[in-house]
Amino acid sequence: MKRIYVKEEWCLGCRLCEYNCAFANSGMTDMVKALRGKEIHPRIQVETDADGITYAVSCRHCTDPICVKSCIAGAISKKDGVIEIDHSKCVGCLTCVLVCPYGCVVEDEGGAAQKCELCMKNTCGAPACVKGCPNGAIVYEERGEAE
Amino acid sequence: MNFYPEFEVVRNDSRCIRCRVCERQCANEVHWYDADGKVMLSDESKCVNCQRCVTLCPTRALKIVKSDCRLRENANYSDQTIKEIYRQAETGGVLLSSMGNPNPLPVYWDKILINASQVTNPPIDPLREPMETRVFLGKKPEHITRNADGTLNTQLAPQLTLSMPVMFSAMSYGSISYNAHASLARAASALGICYNTGEGGLHEDFYKYGKNTIVQVASGRFGVHKDYLEAGAAIEIKMGQGAKPGIGGHLPGTKAVGDVAKTRMIPEGSDAISPAPHHDIYSIEDLRQLVYSLKEATEYRLPVIVKVAAVHNIAAIASGIARSGADIIAIDGFRGGTGAAPTRIRDNDGIPIEPALAAVDKRLRDEGIRNNVSIVCGGSVRSASDVVKAIALGADACYIATAACLAMGCHLCRSCHTGKCNWGIATQRPDLVKRLNPDIGSQRLINLMDAWRHEIKELMGGMGINSIEALRGNRLMLRGVGLTEKELEILGIAHAGE
Amino acid sequence: MKQYVIIGNGAAAAGCIEGIRAVDTAGSITVISAEQHPVYCRPLISYYLQHKTDLQRMRYRSETFYADNHVSVAFGRTAIEISADTKEITLDSGEIIAYDALCVCTGSSPFVPPMQGLETVEKQFAFMTVDDALAIEQAVTPESNVLIIGAGLIGLKCAEGLHGRAGSITVCDLAPRVLSSILDDKCAAMMQKHLEANGIRFLLGTSAKEFRGSKAVMQSGETVDFDVLVLAVGVRANTALVKNAGGDVNRGILTDDACKTSLPDVYAAGDCTEYHDISSDSVKVMALMPNAYMQGHTAGVNMAGGAAVFDNAIPMNSIGFFGLHCHTAGTQPDGCEMYEEADETHIKRLFVKNDRLTGFMLIGHMHRTGIYTALIRNQTPLSSVDFARLRIEPQLAAMGADYREHVLKGAV
Repeated sequence: MKRIYVKEEWCLGCRLCEYNCAFANSGMTDMVKALRGKEIHPRIQVETDADGITYAVSCRHCTDPICVKSCIAGAISKKDGVIEIDHSKCVGCLTCVLVCPYGCVVEDEGGAAQKCELCMKNTCGAPACVKGCPNGAIVYEERGEAE
Repeated sequence: MNFYPEFEVVRNDSRCIRCRVCERQCANEVHWYDADGKVMLSDESKCVNCQRCVTLCPTRALKIVKSDCRLRENANYSDQTIKEIYRQAETGGVLLSSMGNPNPLPVYWDKILINASQVTNPPIDPLREPMETRVFLGKKPEHITRNADGTLNTQLAPQLTLSMPVMFSAMSYGSISYNAHASLARAASALGICYNTGEGGLHEDFYKYGKNTIVQVASGRFGVHKDYLEAGAAIEIKMGQGAKPGIGGHLPGTKAVGDVAKTRMIPEGSDAISPAPHHDIYSIEDLRQLVYSLKEATEYRLPVIVKVAAVHNIAAIASGIARSGADIIAIDGFRGGTGAAPTRIRDNDGIPIEPALAAVDKRLRDEGIRNNVSIVCGGSVRSASDVVKAIALGADACYIATAACLAMGCHLCRSCHTGKCNWGIATQRPDLVKRLNPDIGSQRLINLMDAWRHEIKELMGGMGINSIEALRGNRLMLRGVGLTEKELEILGIAHAGE
Repeated sequence: MKQYVIIGNGAAAAGCIEGIRAVDTAGSITVISAEQHPVYCRPLISYYLQHKTDLQRMRYRSETFYADNHVSVAFGRTAIEISADTKEITLDSGEIIAYDALCVCTGSSPFVPPMQGLETVEKQFAFMTVDDALAIEQAVTPESNVLIIGAGLIGLKCAEGLHGRAGSITVCDLAPRVLSSILDDKCAAMMQKHLEANGIRFLLGTSAKEFRGSKAVMQSGETVDFDVLVLAVGVRANTALVKNAGGDVNRGILTDDACKTSLPDVYAAGDCTEYHDISSDSVKVMALMPNAYMQGHTAGVNMAGGAAVFDNAIPMNSIGFFGLHCHTAGTQPDGCEMYEEADETHIKRLFVKNDRLTGFMLIGHMHRTGIYTALIRNQTPLSSVDFARLRIEPQLAAMGADYREHVLKGAV
C-alpha cells in the first residue's frame, strides 16, 4: 500500500508539515482563520536528533496495530491498510496514546485521540504534509513492502 | 556608519500564525519569536531579500520591500554610490558582489527581433513536423575527403553532441553546493546536454555523469588530474570569465571544507587562489601547448574548449584561439554571473556578449576559419528567444548559469559571497546545502530545458527553419530596434523595416 | 469443520472471534453471552453516564459483526459447567454444546466484602456492566447523595460519570490514597486534589463499618447520609468454571503464552486470567482491556490451528478525570531509580532498574507516552538509547538512527 515515508536527508525542520496537517484537519478553508492564535495539534511531529537531524513522524499504519487492539471503544480500525479513528465513538480515554510505540496517536484540541489518516477524511485529497513539504522530505508512495 | 536597512520586512500580523517557519529558514537570522509578546519580530538590517521566508510563509503574511529611506536625491551621486563610499571609508576594502551585473546597461537581446514566415516561405508546425535541435560542437572538416579505396572519410575531429544548443556553464563545487552540482549533473545527463565543473574538480560521486560533463582546467589547476580529464566529454581551458575579466578566482578557506578541499586537491581550510593569468600562457602559442597537452593526455578523444571573457579585442583573440588547435571557443559576456567578484570589475570590465559574439563570428568567417571551431556564448542568456538570437548571430550553442540557478531556486539576492545562501545553492553549510533536494533541483532544470526546447522549436518553426544548423549565423532572421548604425553594423543585422 | 465455543462476550471474546477468523473462516463459532448486549467494553459505562457515548456508539464492533464472522450468540445464557473429558459445556438452560476448542472469557465480578446492614440499603449498585449503569442512571436524581465505596479505577470513573447528575458524591476507601493500585502517594495526591476541585468528597483510610438504611457509619465513626450506594471495592476473576473442570487456577485462570489453560483445548483470555507480567517478571491478574483483546486474539489464532503468542504483557492504564489524564505502565520495583519532573499541573515519574525502564506514572502531559510503554514492553536496554533525552521527552530521535530508519523507512 501507499505509505508516508520520510527522507530525513531532505528534511529542513521547518515544521510546515505540522501546520499543513493542522490546517488540513481543521475543516476550515482559510489557514489564518484555522490556526491564528491557536496552539496546533498536528498529527505529524517533527523531531530533532542529537546531531540536529530532523524528520517528521506520523502514523506508520502498522501491519499489526496495537492501537486498534487496545481501543476500548472499538473506535480504531484498519480498513484497506489505513488505520482510522471513528471520532463519534472515541471517548478520549487515550489508551491508544499510551500504547502507540511510535508516539503517533496524539490528543486533539478537544482531548480526544487523533492520528494521521492520510488526509482521506478531509478535503485535502492527498496527505497535506507531503503536498506542502518544500523539499520533498515526506513522500507518499508505494514501496512494495510485505504487509 | 549605521544605515537604515535596505529592505523592510512587512509582516501582516493579522495573517501571521506564529508558525516560525520564517525564523527557522532564515540563515541571516532576520526573524525571531518573542515569547513574551507572542509576536514575530525582525532585524531587517540582516535581510538580503532572498525571499526564502516570503516563499515559505504558509499564510502569505510576509513581504520584503525596498526601504524608501533614502539619502537626499542626487542624480550623480546615487544612494548606492554614496553608501559604497561610506563602506570603503570604513573598511578600506575592495567591494565584493555576486551574480551578474545588475546595472541598467544595454541588453542587446531586447533590441533584436526575430523574423517569422508569412505566405511565401511557410512556417513549420513543430507539433506536426520533425525539428532538429541537436548540435555537434567541434572542428568541422573544410572539404570532403576520400580514403584510398574511394570511400568517404568519415573521421571527424572529436565532437560534443548536445540534444539542444544549451549547456550549463561553469560553476565550481565550492562556489556552489554538492546538491547544486548533483542537480546540474543529473539534469544534464537526463537532457543529453552538458554541465561544467568549473575550477573545483569533479566530486567522485559525479564521475558517472562524465558523458555529460565538461571538465575545466583553469589557472589554479585545482582538481586536475588524469582521471579527471578523462572523465569528461570535453575539456575547457578557462582563460577568463565575463563577470571578472582579467582577474582570477578566490575561494576562501572557510569554504574549502571536507569534500570541497579534497576535490580541489588542496589542504582543508586553505584559500584556493586562482591566479589572474595562466602562468604558462603568454601567447597563442603557449595556449596551443596547453590545448595539445590536454589532447595528448586524453588521446585526442575529447574536444577542447577555450573560454574567454568578452573584451575589447575579442574578435582578434578568438581568431588566435581558432588557430590554437582548440575545438570550441566559449565567450562569456560582461553580464555573466559569478559567485564573488570585485564590484568595480564586474560592473565595468568587458563588453556585452551580443556584439562580441557577432564580431567573433564575422571575423572567423572573414578569415575562413569559422569551421575550425564551434562558438559557445554565455553571459546572460535568459530565455529561449535569447538562445535563438544568439544562434542567429553566429553561436553554435549557449551557456546558461544564472537561469540554471534560478531554476534550482535562486532568487538573485546577489549574496553568494556571504556563503549563507538560503536556497542551498551558493553555500557549503550542511544545513543550508540540504535545502536543495537534487530530485527537485534536477527536475526543475529538466523542466526548464524542456520548455526552452519547445520554445526554440516554435521560434524556428515560425521562421520556416527546421534545424538549428540552418539557423546558425542566419542574421537575416534578425532585425534591430532602437540601435545606432554602428551597433547594427557590429551586430551585422538590419534595422526593423529594412 | 471445527466447532469453536467462547464463554463470555467482552473484548477478549471479540479478540478471540477475530483471531479464529484470521486463520479459519469455515468453523462454527458459538458465543455464550450472559449479558443481553452485543459486545461492548465495560470501561465505557462511565462515559455513558457522562453522555460521551450512548448504547449505539458503545458497540465495540459494527452491527454486522457477528453475522460477518458467522458467529451465533446465545444472549442471556451462562455456562454452568465445562466437561473437559467430553469436550462439552452445559448452559444454564440445560443445553449442552460440544466444542473442539473452547475459550473462557468470563471476565470478573464485583467483590463485595461482608458489611453489616448492607441488606438495609435500598438503592445499591455495582458499577461493572451497562445494566448497572442504566440502573444507576434511573436511581440517581439531581438531589441524590451518592456514596461510592472504593476509590479505585471503577469507583472514581463512576464518580466522574455521576458528576452533574447527582447532588453530592462521596468516595471512601480503606486505602489512604486514591487509585492505590496504580499510583503512588504523590501522584495520587495530585489526582485527588483535582477530583476534589471538581466537587468529589473523599473519606480515605476508612470504609463503611455498618449501613443503616440511608446512613453509613464509617470506621472512623463519622456517618454519611446517602441515597444511592455504589459498591466498587474490587473485582474477582470468574474462575469457577475452569476450576470445577479441574483446570489450574490461582487468583485467575492460569494461562501460558499461547493463552492455553491446563485443560486440553481450553483457552482463556481477559479479566478471568492471570498471566506473566514481563515488567515485574511475575504472574498476576491484570484486568486490562488491551491485554484482554490481545489474549483473546492469541487464543483464537491458536484455537484455529495457527501459532500465536502473547508474551509481552505489562500492566498499563490510561485514565482521566475531569480533563486531567494519567498514564501508568509497568511496575515500580524495589531498589529502582526514579527520574522525576513535576510542577503544579503535571508529574512524570520514570522507574529504572538494571538498565531497563520498568514503569512510569505520568499525570497531566500525555504526549507520545507510548514510546515509554514500548521501552518497557520491548525491555529495551537503556544504554542502547539516549535516555537522557528520552526521559525529558518521548521521541524516536533518542532511539538511535537504525531504529528510526526501521520505523520510518519500512513497513512496521
